[in-house]
Amino acid sequence: MDLTLSPTELEFRDEVRGWLAENDPGHEPEGDEAGFEFRRGWQRKLNERGWAGLSWPERYGGAGATQIEQAIFYEEIARAGAPQMANTLGLAMGGPTVIAHGTEEQRERYLSPILSAEEIWCQGFSEPQSGSDLASLRTRAVRKGDEWIVTGQKVWTTYAHQSKWCMLVARTDPDAAKHRGLTYFLMDMEQDAVEIRPLRQITGEAEFNELFIEEARIPHENIVGGENNGWSVAITTLMHERAGLAFALQVEVQIALRQLMERAKEIGAADDPVIRQRLAQLYIEAQVLRLNAYRGLTRMAKDGQPGPEGSIGKWHWGEVNQSLTELALDLAGPRAQLVDDPWTYRFLRARANSIEGGTTEILKNIVAERVLGLPRAK
Amino acid sequence: MNFDLSEDQVTIGRTAREFLGARYRLEEVRRLALEEERGFTDAQWEEIAELGWPELAVPEDQGGQGLGTVELAVVAEELGYALAPTPLQSTWAAGLLLAAAGEAERLAEGRRGTVAQWDEDTDGAPDHSTLEPDGNRLSGTKLAVHDAASADLMVVTAAGGRHFVLATDAPGVSIESAEALDTTRRLFTVTLDGADAEELTADESAFGRAWHAIAVASAAESVGVGQRAMEMAVAYAKDRTQFDRPIGTYQAVSHRCAQMLLEVAGARSATHWAAWALDFEPETAKVAASMAKAYASDCGARVTASALQVHGGIGFTWEHDLHWFLKRANANAHSYGDARWHRDQVAAAVLG
Repeated sequence: MDLTLSPTELEFRDEVRGWLAENDPGHEPEGDEAGFEFRRGWQRKLNERGWAGLSWPERYGGAGATQIEQAIFYEEIARAGAPQMANTLGLAMGGPTVIAHGTEEQRERYLSPILSAEEIWCQGFSEPQSGSDLASLRTRAVRKGDEWIVTGQKVWTTYAHQSKWCMLVARTDPDAAKHRGLTYFLMDMEQDAVEIRPLRQITGEAEFNELFIEEARIPHENIVGGENNGWSVAITTLMHERAGLAFALQVEVQIALRQLMERAKEIGAADDPVIRQRLAQLYIEAQVLRLNAYRGLTRMAKDGQPGPEGSIGKWHWGEVNQSLTELALDLAGPRAQLVDDPWTYRFLRARANSIEGGTTEILKNIVAERVLGLPRAK
Repeated sequence: MNFDLSEDQVTIGRTAREFLGARYRLEEVRRLALEEERGFTDAQWEEIAELGWPELAVPEDQGGQGLGTVELAVVAEELGYALAPTPLQSTWAAGLLLAAAGEAERLAEGRRGTVAQWDEDTDGAPDHSTLEPDGNRLSGTKLAVHDAASADLMVVTAAGGRHFVLATDAPGVSIESAEALDTTRRLFTVTLDGADAEELTADESAFGRAWHAIAVASAAESVGVGQRAMEMAVAYAKDRTQFDRPIGTYQAVSHRCAQMLLEVAGARSATHWAAWALDFEPETAKVAASMAKAYASDCGARVTASALQVHGGIGFTWEHDLHWFLKRANANAHSYGDARWHRDQVAAAVLG
């Protein structure tokens, strides 16, 4: 066990820290479009430095960095308060999936524009009738010559407006058992057959969309991982989502907690013994998140892929972030009735943390069945 | 950066698991708790002494093995997993404080020690005492002293962060058995009436480090207790059938078990980190130790209670073994500083 950084890792940290200090992008502008373009510009800059696909293999435009270096990078980004990159889903999920399951031609075609943020990616998994039971999805794809004709509906699609490619899972064999008849496609979003409708959420904003797909066309060559093999490809995407984002998310929790502690001090609540206990407990939980993320990275470095333990991290993160925002609301006192406080937004937004990317209930099932070996729930 | 035990540390843990599993089957734990006056036998202690465990973390220049706090935590977790009734943990506590003063050799040759810390009017701070020494003479009452009757010597805390050591059979020391929540560990009320003691001298920071290591060892033990209770619950949930199916197929049961894993894994991470910090990053060690003890105290108490719930009625019977784990976890949670006290330490460090 050694929690110190090696000389190479320290050198990398200092390099990132120095570069971020010299290339401070400033504050993100207001407004969805402007904010997005700002993050796209930032990603280009990072990509020119070779850091957009930090842990991707060098032959695909990455820097071939270790998981630990990737973690150091996230921590430095957070420390500097630098913005996120624009192509979050392409970088964290799409790219790794194409690297793992794609053909060499697909890697040539798709990876570079992901890194440069030239082509943004979104995810078409969930449907109105298929949330946790993803494999029951009904969007149909029927082959016609060299093309597949797709009809159906997807929901919770982030970045749909900006996206060029959608990671779409559709049913290609209606007669097969439900996990077996699915195929993973890369669907071009720039076609009239795809209608995007914003989905207003409890915060009042529309971060997500619904997709209405009416006979959209996807070339056969856009299948990733083979026909009717979509389930295992989708699982790869989800595992990467949980493992890759888990580290970044716990860093965000550390930052939010620091802000909350500052606030508690400012308003004198830091002397209240009950608040002190709650803040200390959150501090401990946030540290446990961080340590478990490091443990996960150590394991990934050994086994080469994220394990089911990643589910614990995502589930725990949701709980910690929710408690944190609940405490923030308590600190606001009567002002919590007003919506003029950024913490009110965060409180509302955090309610989705235990739903998005796998509900806490599904993650507990995964832990119970795949880690503890309990019999499957019926 | 590598957050995993080394091969040597894994081997130490595996050896401890095998040894303790063979010597302390649960029938034996029960027999020791209920029938053996001191809660352990000479043969058992001699074997533990031969393994070198009592002086595991004592520096080599004081006759110890000079291993680190991580190794100590690894063995402590196994003691909890086996629920071994042994005066080893109380001897460790005494040894760590003695080592801070360079006096760990007092425990050479398999001698046993303990720490008398809780005054009758204790405020729950493990390193704070109101006992006012009169020169080197100590008078006062100490509660819940572990294994005092079988210990050779006792470290006694006194006002002003001072520490004294004396033989348990010294004049003016009376030791009276107290009824313990966790009967796998013997507790005593120690009354000192002008007992002549020697003061231990060390830097405040050296004593502080010893107390942090004691807290980490206790946290590690709770991790082991939680791990075992979780395994018992999972095994029972697979085996027990109601309404024609294993109860583990019900999410009300399986999600409880998943929650146990989240807490046990988290407590282990916090404990290993704190143990590592004590050896390699002293500036973080104090807050890390309190974080580990707070989290592991809660984890042990909650996981054993939840495991009992999974077992249903059978878990509430004296005949079943689970209650021993529940009692150890709750006793541990309140020794060497409870979760609330340790959270206060964390709050003081991060909020001022």
